[in-house]
Amino acid sequence: MIVTTLEHVPGKKIKKHFGLVQGNTIRSKHVGRDLMAGLKNIFGGELKGYTELLSESRQQATERMLAQAKSLGANAVLNVRYSTSSITQGAAELYAYGTAVIVE
Amino acid sequence: MTGVGIFLVLLFLGFVFGRLAEKRHFNSLARREKLAANLPAVNMKVLPVGLGECRTRLVSGNVVISIDYYKKVLSWFRSIFGGELRSYETLLERARREAILRMKAACKLAGGKIIVNVRIETASINRYSQNRSSVAAVEVVAYGTAVIPYGLSKP
Repeated sequence: MIVTTLEHVPGKKIKKHFGLVQGNTIRSKHVGRDLMAGLKNIFGGELKGYTELLSESRQQATERMLAQAKSLGANAVLNVRYSTSSITQGAAELYAYGTAVIVE
Repeated sequence: MTGVGIFLVLLFLGFVFGRLAEKRHFNSLARREKLAANLPAVNMKVLPVGLGECRTRLVSGNVVISIDYYKKVLSWFRSIFGGELRSYETLLERARREAILRMKAACKLAGGKIIVNVRIETASINRYSQNRSSVAAVEVVAYGTAVIPYGLSKP
Protein backbone atom coordinates (compact mmCIF):
# COMPACT_ATOMS: atom_id res chain seq x y z
CA MET A 1 0.00 0.00 0.00
CA ILE A 2 1.35 3.38 -1.04
CA VAL A 3 0.60 6.21 1.35
CA THR A 4 1.56 9.74 0.36
CA THR A 5 0.71 13.39 0.96
CA LEU A 6 1.08 14.02 -2.77
CA GLU A 7 -1.81 14.04 -5.22
CA HIS A 8 -0.12 11.51 -7.46
CA VAL A 9 2.33 8.65 -7.30
CA PRO A 10 5.48 9.61 -9.15
CA GLY A 11 5.84 7.70 -12.40
CA LYS A 12 2.50 5.94 -12.08
CA LYS A 13 -0.93 6.52 -13.53
CA ILE A 14 -4.13 6.45 -11.49
CA LYS A 15 -6.50 3.84 -12.87
CA LYS A 16 -9.44 4.13 -10.54
CA HIS A 17 -10.70 6.45 -7.81
CA PHE A 18 -12.59 5.18 -4.80
CA GLY A 19 -13.15 8.50 -3.05
CA LEU A 20 -12.40 9.46 0.53
CA VAL A 21 -11.22 6.96 3.10
CA GLN A 22 -10.81 7.86 6.73
CA GLY A 23 -9.78 6.57 10.09
CA ASN A 24 -10.09 8.06 13.53
CA THR A 25 -9.44 7.30 17.15
CA ILE A 26 -10.26 9.12 20.35
CA ARG A 27 -7.86 8.71 23.23
CA SER A 28 -7.77 9.81 26.79
CA LYS A 29 -4.66 9.96 28.94
CA HIS A 30 -4.48 7.88 32.06
CA VAL A 31 -3.94 9.26 35.52
CA GLY A 32 -0.27 8.32 35.82
CA ARG A 33 0.64 10.14 32.69
CA ASP A 34 -1.33 13.16 33.78
CA LEU A 35 0.43 13.24 37.13
CA MET A 36 3.81 13.40 35.43
CA ALA A 37 2.48 15.99 33.03
CA GLY A 38 1.31 18.07 35.99
CA LEU A 39 4.84 18.05 37.36
CA LYS A 40 6.29 18.92 34.00
CA ASN A 41 3.89 21.83 33.83
CA ILE A 42 5.92 23.49 36.56
CA PHE A 43 9.32 22.95 35.01
CA GLY A 44 8.42 22.98 31.35
CA GLY A 45 9.82 20.66 28.71
CA GLU A 46 8.70 17.79 26.57
CA LEU A 47 5.89 15.53 27.74
CA LYS A 48 7.32 12.28 26.39
CA GLY A 49 4.31 10.21 27.48
CA TYR A 50 1.97 12.45 25.56
CA THR A 51 4.23 12.48 22.51
CA GLU A 52 4.19 8.68 22.43
CA LEU A 53 0.48 8.47 23.09
CA LEU A 54 -0.41 10.82 20.26
CA SER A 55 2.07 9.20 17.92
CA GLU A 56 0.58 5.75 18.62
CA SER A 57 -2.94 7.05 18.22
CA ARG A 58 -2.13 8.69 14.92
CA GLN A 59 -0.62 5.42 13.76
CA GLN A 60 -3.84 3.67 14.69
CA ALA A 61 -5.98 6.21 12.85
CA THR A 62 -3.76 5.71 9.79
CA GLU A 63 -4.10 1.94 10.05
CA ARG A 64 -7.88 2.23 10.19
CA MET A 65 -7.81 4.42 7.12
CA LEU A 66 -5.62 1.89 5.32
CA ALA A 67 -7.90 -0.98 6.32
CA GLN A 68 -10.81 0.87 4.76
CA ALA A 69 -8.81 1.48 1.60
CA LYS A 70 -7.85 -2.18 1.46
CA SER A 71 -11.45 -3.34 1.81
CA LEU A 72 -12.29 -1.20 -1.22
CA GLY A 73 -9.56 -2.89 -3.20
CA ALA A 74 -7.28 0.15 -3.42
CA ASN A 75 -3.51 -0.12 -3.54
CA ALA A 76 -2.68 3.50 -2.68
CA VAL A 77 -3.97 6.36 -0.54
CA LEU A 78 -3.15 9.81 -1.88
CA ASN A 79 -3.21 13.31 -0.43
CA VAL A 80 -3.26 12.09 3.16
CA ARG A 81 -4.03 14.68 5.84
CA TYR A 82 -3.96 14.48 9.60
CA SER A 83 -6.07 16.48 11.93
CA THR A 84 -6.33 16.70 15.70
CA SER A 85 -9.18 18.05 17.76
CA SER A 86 -9.89 18.02 21.46
CA ILE A 87 -13.33 16.62 22.11
CA THR A 88 -13.79 16.84 25.85
CA GLN A 89 -11.36 17.74 28.58
CA GLY A 90 -8.55 15.25 28.56
CA ALA A 91 -9.48 13.48 25.34
CA ALA A 92 -8.31 14.11 21.83
CA GLU A 93 -9.40 12.82 18.46
CA LEU A 94 -6.80 11.91 15.89
CA TYR A 95 -8.14 11.77 12.40
CA ALA A 96 -6.50 10.71 9.15
CA TYR A 97 -8.09 10.93 5.73
CA GLY A 98 -7.09 10.56 2.12
CA THR A 99 -8.21 9.44 -1.31
CA ALA A 100 -8.13 5.73 -2.11
CA VAL A 101 -7.07 4.85 -5.65
CA ILE A 102 -5.70 2.05 -7.77
CA VAL A 103 -2.43 2.88 -9.46
CA GLU A 104 -0.88 0.71 -12.09
CA MET B 1 0.16 32.70 53.51
CA THR B 2 1.31 29.17 52.62
CA GLY B 3 -0.58 29.55 49.36
CA VAL B 4 1.47 32.59 48.45
CA GLY B 5 4.63 30.75 49.47
CA ILE B 6 3.86 27.78 47.24
CA PHE B 7 2.97 30.12 44.42
CA LEU B 8 6.30 31.95 44.70
CA VAL B 9 8.28 28.71 44.92
CA LEU B 10 6.54 27.33 41.83
CA LEU B 11 7.11 30.59 40.03
CA PHE B 12 10.80 30.50 40.89
CA LEU B 13 11.16 26.82 39.90
CA GLY B 14 9.39 27.45 36.64
CA PHE B 15 11.52 30.46 35.87
CA VAL B 16 14.86 28.77 36.59
CA PHE B 17 14.22 25.30 35.17
CA GLY B 18 12.02 26.49 32.35
CA ARG B 19 14.69 28.86 31.13
CA LEU B 20 17.38 26.24 31.48
CA ALA B 21 15.35 23.67 29.56
CA GLU B 22 14.49 26.17 26.86
CA LYS B 23 18.08 27.26 26.40
CA ARG B 24 19.28 23.68 26.25
CA HIS B 25 16.58 22.80 23.75
CA PHE B 26 17.40 25.74 21.48
CA ASN B 27 21.08 24.76 21.50
CA SER B 28 20.25 21.18 20.66
CA LEU B 29 17.89 22.31 17.89
CA ALA B 30 20.54 24.51 16.31
CA ARG B 31 23.08 21.69 16.41
CA ARG B 32 20.77 19.07 14.93
CA GLU B 33 19.42 21.44 12.29
CA LYS B 34 22.93 21.96 11.04
CA LEU B 35 23.34 18.18 10.72
CA ALA B 36 20.03 17.82 8.90
CA ALA B 37 20.62 20.76 6.57
CA ASN B 38 21.42 18.51 3.60
CA LEU B 39 17.95 16.98 3.78
CA PRO B 40 15.51 19.59 2.50
CA ALA B 41 11.86 19.62 3.55
CA VAL B 42 9.65 21.63 1.22
CA ASN B 43 5.93 22.21 0.99
CA MET B 44 5.79 22.04 -2.78
CA LYS B 45 4.01 19.20 -4.48
CA VAL B 46 6.42 18.67 -7.36
CA LEU B 47 9.25 16.20 -7.16
CA PRO B 48 12.74 17.52 -7.80
CA VAL B 49 14.25 16.53 -11.13
CA GLY B 50 17.42 14.47 -11.31
CA LEU B 51 16.59 11.91 -8.65
CA GLY B 52 15.69 9.27 -11.24
CA GLU B 53 13.09 6.67 -10.40
CA CYS B 54 11.94 6.85 -6.84
CA ARG B 55 9.32 5.59 -4.46
CA THR B 56 7.60 7.60 -1.79
CA ARG B 57 6.67 7.10 1.80
CA LEU B 58 4.73 9.03 4.38
CA VAL B 59 6.96 10.23 7.20
CA SER B 60 5.99 12.18 10.28
CA GLY B 61 7.38 13.55 13.50
CA ASN B 62 5.54 14.81 16.52
CA VAL B 63 6.27 16.37 19.88
CA VAL B 64 4.31 17.57 22.90
CA ILE B 65 5.89 20.39 24.85
CA SER B 66 4.58 21.74 28.12
CA ILE B 67 4.79 25.31 29.28
CA ASP B 68 6.39 26.05 32.62
CA TYR B 69 4.74 27.69 35.58
CA TYR B 70 6.44 31.03 35.07
CA LYS B 71 5.17 31.28 31.51
CA LYS B 72 1.73 30.31 32.60
CA VAL B 73 1.62 33.08 35.20
CA LEU B 74 3.03 35.52 32.67
CA SER B 75 0.20 34.63 30.31
CA TRP B 76 -2.40 35.34 33.01
CA PHE B 77 -1.03 38.85 33.36
CA ARG B 78 -0.82 39.25 29.63
CA SER B 79 -4.44 38.30 29.24
CA ILE B 80 -5.38 41.30 31.38
CA PHE B 81 -3.66 43.83 29.19
CA GLY B 82 -3.52 41.97 25.91
CA GLY B 83 -0.63 42.09 23.50
CA GLU B 84 2.12 39.84 22.31
CA LEU B 85 2.83 36.65 24.25
CA ARG B 86 6.54 36.17 23.69
CA SER B 87 6.91 33.23 26.04
CA TYR B 88 4.37 31.21 24.07
CA GLU B 89 5.96 32.16 20.78
CA THR B 90 9.22 30.49 21.73
CA LEU B 91 7.31 27.45 22.96
CA LEU B 92 5.61 26.96 19.61
CA GLU B 93 8.80 27.66 17.72
CA ARG B 94 10.59 24.96 19.71
CA ALA B 95 7.80 22.47 19.11
CA ARG B 96 7.68 23.13 15.35
CA ARG B 97 11.42 22.91 14.87
CA GLU B 98 11.57 19.72 16.94
CA ALA B 99 8.72 18.09 14.98
CA ILE B 100 10.39 18.93 11.67
CA LEU B 101 13.67 17.47 12.90
CA ARG B 102 11.94 14.25 13.96
CA MET B 103 10.24 14.00 10.59
CA LYS B 104 13.63 14.43 8.93
CA ALA B 105 15.08 11.70 11.14
CA ALA B 106 12.29 9.35 10.02
CA CYS B 107 13.03 10.26 6.40
CA LYS B 108 16.72 9.60 6.85
CA LEU B 109 15.94 6.19 8.33
CA ALA B 110 13.89 5.32 5.25
CA GLY B 111 16.73 6.43 2.95
CA GLY B 112 14.92 9.51 1.62
CA LYS B 113 16.66 12.42 -0.07
CA ILE B 114 13.97 15.08 0.21
CA ILE B 115 10.59 15.55 1.88
CA VAL B 116 7.90 17.13 -0.29
CA ASN B 117 4.46 18.50 0.49
CA VAL B 118 5.19 19.01 4.19
CA ARG B 119 2.26 19.94 6.43
CA ILE B 120 2.53 21.20 9.96
CA GLU B 121 -0.38 20.76 12.32
CA THR B 122 -0.67 22.30 15.78
CA ALA B 123 -3.04 21.27 18.54
CA SER B 124 -3.31 22.45 22.11
CA ILE B 125 -3.67 19.91 24.86
CA ASN B 126 -5.54 21.22 27.84
CA ARG B 127 -6.99 19.51 30.80
CA TYR B 128 -9.20 21.14 33.41
CA SER B 129 -8.98 24.42 31.58
CA GLN B 130 -10.86 26.24 34.34
CA ASN B 131 -8.54 24.91 36.99
CA ARG B 132 -5.16 26.27 37.95
CA SER B 133 -3.61 22.82 38.15
CA SER B 134 -4.30 22.29 34.48
CA VAL B 135 -1.98 20.60 32.08
CA ALA B 136 -1.19 23.07 29.35
CA ALA B 137 0.83 21.81 26.45
CA VAL B 138 1.03 22.05 22.72
CA GLU B 139 1.39 19.25 20.20
CA VAL B 140 2.95 19.78 16.80
CA VAL B 141 3.01 17.14 14.11
CA ALA B 142 4.94 17.59 10.90
CA TYR B 143 4.31 15.16 8.07
CA GLY B 144 5.24 14.87 4.46
CA THR B 145 6.24 12.54 1.68
CA ALA B 146 9.78 11.21 1.72
CA VAL B 147 11.19 10.70 -1.76
CA ILE B 148 13.46 7.67 -1.88
CA PRO B 149 15.53 7.07 -5.03
CA TYR B 150 15.45 3.40 -6.05
CA GLY B 151 19.20 3.11 -6.35
CA LEU B 152 19.73 4.09 -2.72
CA SER B 153 16.81 2.54 -0.89
CA LYS B 154 17.00 -0.53 1.24
CA PRO B 155 14.85 -3.47 0.08
